[in-house]
Amino acid sequence: MRRFFLIAVPYVWLLALFLIPFFIVFKISLSDLALSIPPYTPTMKDGIGQMIKAFDFENFVFLTTDDLYWKAYLSSLKIALFSTVLALLVGYPMAYGMARAPEEWRPTLMMLVILPFWTSFLIRVYAWVGILSNEGFLNQFLLWTGVISTPLAIMNTTTAVYIGIVYTYLPFMILPIYAALDRLDESLIEAAQDLGCSRTKAFWLVTVPLSRSGIIAGCFLVFIPALGEFVIPSLLGGSGTLMIGKVLFEEFFNNRDWPVASAVAVILLLILIVPIILFQRNQQRQAEAET
Amino acid sequence: MRRASWFNVTALTLGFAFLYLPMVLLVIYSFNSSKLVTVWAGFSTKWYGELLQNEAFLDAAVITLKVAVASSTLATILGTMAAYVLVRGGRFLGRTLFSGMIYAPLVMPEVITGLSLLLLFIGIGLDRGVLTIVLAHTTFSMCYVSVVVSSRLVSFDRSLEEAALDLGCSPFDAFRLVTLPIIAPAVISGWLLAFTLSLDDLVIASFTTGPSSTTLPIKIWSAVRLGVSPEINALSTIMIGIVTVGVISASLVSKRNAVKAQQDMQAAERGAT
Repeated sequence: MRRFFLIAVPYVWLLALFLIPFFIVFKISLSDLALSIPPYTPTMKDGIGQMIKAFDFENFVFLTTDDLYWKAYLSSLKIALFSTVLALLVGYPMAYGMARAPEEWRPTLMMLVILPFWTSFLIRVYAWVGILSNEGFLNQFLLWTGVISTPLAIMNTTTAVYIGIVYTYLPFMILPIYAALDRLDESLIEAAQDLGCSRTKAFWLVTVPLSRSGIIAGCFLVFIPALGEFVIPSLLGGSGTLMIGKVLFEEFFNNRDWPVASAVAVILLLILIVPIILFQRNQQRQAEAET
Repeated sequence: MRRASWFNVTALTLGFAFLYLPMVLLVIYSFNSSKLVTVWAGFSTKWYGELLQNEAFLDAAVITLKVAVASSTLATILGTMAAYVLVRGGRFLGRTLFSGMIYAPLVMPEVITGLSLLLLFIGIGLDRGVLTIVLAHTTFSMCYVSVVVSSRLVSFDRSLEEAALDLGCSPFDAFRLVTLPIIAPAVISGWLLAFTLSLDDLVIASFTTGPSSTTLPIKIWSAVRLGVSPEINALSTIMIGIVTVGVISASLVSKRNAVKAQQDMQAAERGAT
């Protein structure tokens, strides 16, 4: 009885507040826009048979005809992919440096990586507004040093979005790579060097392959949330940056077109299924390797 | 012996400069007396004064704290139950679905979670306000709590629980007297994580809030959309300060506990010989 209760409470909670809402999104994505509150035609009022008949893929067809949505999906994929690569290029050397730092330093370094994670996401993105804007710190500094003569327009461009994503998601890249490098048996690298590998060659042939699971985990932890990101493109990207999270938000709050917003969400979810499954598989393989 | 190579030192210095410089600038310029946020015009704390006078921010802060305390407490209870079920519950009908529902919210884009919950609340005719935000926050943060707690449950020695059961404890007593004290650090960090996630959330709260319950992130968002403002810098500094003090003291406490545990162990070894 107690066991039943223990299972049932969180189970029912998640069913009611996680799974069922998805079916509602799915259902509304198949219904028509109506000028009422709520602004869609209920598809279930005449029974299941009528409901199925009333379903149509109009909203999905609409998404394919208006190239705004195609561009938004493609541009989200491109931005998420590119920022993941950038985060890897910044994060790997940091994780490597941490794993090679003297033992007594490591807890402090670790804390320094985790601290930004506890700090408000919104504030960390906002901090870049003052740096990147035309009269911001970066332009002031560059003008002062004489590197540039006119301010660089970084704010409200895709570059600003890349910087924002790499900055906010960097800890997610560093931590799994650090965990993988920390476990790495250093005698393997010594062995490679004894057998005639140069230090660079030993790094590419031994260290990188052995930290692969950390690299994969880190990349997915950046790529997956970056794909549906809303705050960063809205605050730093300006009106010129198209990302699907932003389109969904605006479709919902500004255009009040709920069926189209739901259809946008359904397709975003379909795009995310592949990386999510690959990520889960990587995590499982890693867990199995540990036991 | 490890030695710090110039490459590692450079990577760490540049990397941490990148991570911390934006926040340091934000903190420094919150003490700027000029309204122009990027031009230094002398030291002043007037923006903190104006912030404390701003009732809209204070009201939002109170609502945010209420939501965070309620949702993180609920999420900790539900998340710990879920973790226990996943690690110790054995097989039951729909276990795969259950573990899927625990992990999926962790990778779900916030816009989708927010949209789907809003459509649910409207569908069942629940008025949007503090209650709906609490329900929404509890749902996604219970999954984080469950992941944190289950990693601790997996790693601890199950024979301790079995010993308690053999010695006549009921399963509930065994949980209360043996399991709970051992997983307590994970439960506490789960609560803190849920609390922070709730304090921080803008997107899901925007979807599930009503007109009378504006949370702090929503308030900050509407202010920063208009550009940099010194009041927001002051507010950010206060929030960064609280987090920094919290994280540093938590790590000092855990370090002290580790040292104490080591001393106890050594004392026990000395006693044994």
